[in-house]
Amino acid sequence: MAVNKHLVEVKGLKKYFPILRRWRKEKTYVRAVDGVDFSIDQGETLGLVGESGCGKTTVGRLILKLIEPTEGEILFEGKKLAHLDKKEIHPMRRAFQIIFQDPFASLNPRMTVSEIVGRPMEIHGLVDRSQRDERVCQLLESVGLQREHLSRYPHEFSGGQRQRIGVARALATQPKLIVADEPTSALDVSVQAQILNLMKQLQREFGLTYLFISHNIGVIQHISDRIAVMYLGKMVEMADKKALFQSPAHPYTQALLSAVPSLNPRKRRGEVILEGDVPSPIHPPSGCRFHTRCRYALPKCFEEEPLFHQLEDGRWLACHLHS
Amino acid sequence: MGALLSIKNLKTHFYSAGKTIRALDGVSFDIEEGGSFGLVGETGCGKSVTALSILRLIPFPPGKIVGGEIHFRGRNLLDLPEEAVRSIRGKEISMIFQEPMTSLNPVFRIGDQMTEVIMLHQGLGKSQAFEKAIEMLELVHMPEARKVMKQFPHQLSGGMRQRAMIAMELSCHPFLLIADEPTTALDVTIQAQILRLIKEMKREFHSSILLITHDLGVIAEICDRVAVMYAGSIVEQAGVEEIFEDPKHPYTKGLWGAIPRIDEEREILAVIPGTVPDLSHPPTGCKFNPRCSHRFDPCDRIPPPLSQVSPGHFVACFLYGEENGCK
Repeated sequence: MAVNKHLVEVKGLKKYFPILRRWRKEKTYVRAVDGVDFSIDQGETLGLVGESGCGKTTVGRLILKLIEPTEGEILFEGKKLAHLDKKEIHPMRRAFQIIFQDPFASLNPRMTVSEIVGRPMEIHGLVDRSQRDERVCQLLESVGLQREHLSRYPHEFSGGQRQRIGVARALATQPKLIVADEPTSALDVSVQAQILNLMKQLQREFGLTYLFISHNIGVIQHISDRIAVMYLGKMVEMADKKALFQSPAHPYTQALLSAVPSLNPRKRRGEVILEGDVPSPIHPPSGCRFHTRCRYALPKCFEEEPLFHQLEDGRWLACHLHS
Repeated sequence: MGALLSIKNLKTHFYSAGKTIRALDGVSFDIEEGGSFGLVGETGCGKSVTALSILRLIPFPPGKIVGGEIHFRGRNLLDLPEEAVRSIRGKEISMIFQEPMTSLNPVFRIGDQMTEVIMLHQGLGKSQAFEKAIEMLELVHMPEARKVMKQFPHQLSGGMRQRAMIAMELSCHPFLLIADEPTTALDVTIQAQILRLIKEMKREFHSSILLITHDLGVIAEICDRVAVMYAGSIVEQAGVEEIFEDPKHPYTKGLWGAIPRIDEEREILAVIPGTVPDLSHPPTGCKFNPRCSHRFDPCDRIPPPLSQVSPGHFVACFLYGEENGCK
């Protein structure tokens, strides 16, 4: 049997959320994720970037099987997740964990740190009660907290410290994959830097694989090995970090990168500014979804949907200009 | 000379649970006529309190402006009676807030909200004000301005709401526009549109801008002078190019180093150890001293004065103040 080096493989993944309207016969859907294909290799960080509502969080949740896909397949270490029921999925959950965006909302205010971090270990039978605190202590130390924090409650910590607790909780089951959903967007830049450094260090230490979801292009660039760009439920481009930043191929990627304010006041940007807003995912535009805002739109783009395919240089792209 | 707004030693305190929180602890800066001044810093450093103090919108209790002066076009705003301040707000100084959904009234149509402001401050009749409002919306490149006039805030996207907000604020040709994190709630591509609009409007109306943000990229894009705030004080102030190329204060350096940038590759981001101090018990001396790696003798005893290190570049740090004889 060939060794599968992909830790996660996603094929034709779709998630439609129904909009309930009793007085209407036909059902309408928000097409949050509308057919994405990608894979994540063992030990790498795949950055998933896009603007609000593009479906990046939904992709993260689908991979963790927190929600069920409408269509498509997710393979974790070659195993299909789709048809597993609760009992079958339970032991597998140990291998994939999540870090949430808001460190204020994602920690139970009535649990102590030792309970928050220790509970996943107990659920998966990794420790018994007597060893729990010892193991939690080790984890706290590896995320830069101390033993005396063990019996404290979340409100006693600052935002950055809480996010460290969130990281420790994700590490508790010794996972292979961690989905980090905007883990630093609620934090100030100096604290954000601490968390990003910590995540990089832990990745080396424990050989972790990250799916890092963020709208902040600077953060994505810093942490990722490869980057996937989403727009309105579709992936438009996926490439190695270097290739993506040096020569973005999709017009949306180009616009997204040039929209990031330069930190050099002598070099103020201003070339490509996208006009208009993102269309609604309930009635996405026909053809290429980006054609309503694209400077290069061809007649073909209005009708035919571009395929997400791999180019010779290894990057994945969905654009008629390059086919 | 030429200062439109001049703030001197402004102190705003909040009182809560028997504690005094020194949100602003002696802030001074000038905004030139036609200038764009950026105020940057992390959560809780006093940026927004500065803006609210200028407009005298600090709620009492719990907050109070306890000292200092705010000179605006030759008058000290802190001496004026409430009615006089009210006629300045929205007309001579107006403000754009971070989240346009919470600053627009959800139960009134955009048109009604805009005409009300115009009628109140410019004494126009209803139909004239209505036409003026449409003109303003067109000026901020609002698509289908006439239709938008009849819509409610929730029917607009975030970027459109911010456009409507800017149109409303500029309708009275204010001398000073205060923008408090105007693009923080927006996506980057929309942010780029709004920043371009702010620059364009500034040229059109010759307004001065006070831009408050935690995003250094936005500062670099818009401002010509920058002040960095930390724990209720300004630690450094300089021209935008100078502060980006040659930051002096250890906190400014730390802040600049902590940003992941897309134009350069770094394995590890610079980190400022520790956390922001509790403003009810700030450290003595320089408030940054417990986190500073260059700390030396006077830092924890005497607060460093803001001193000039080169023309127009001010730093509050003993590393640079040779006249204190501590170096």
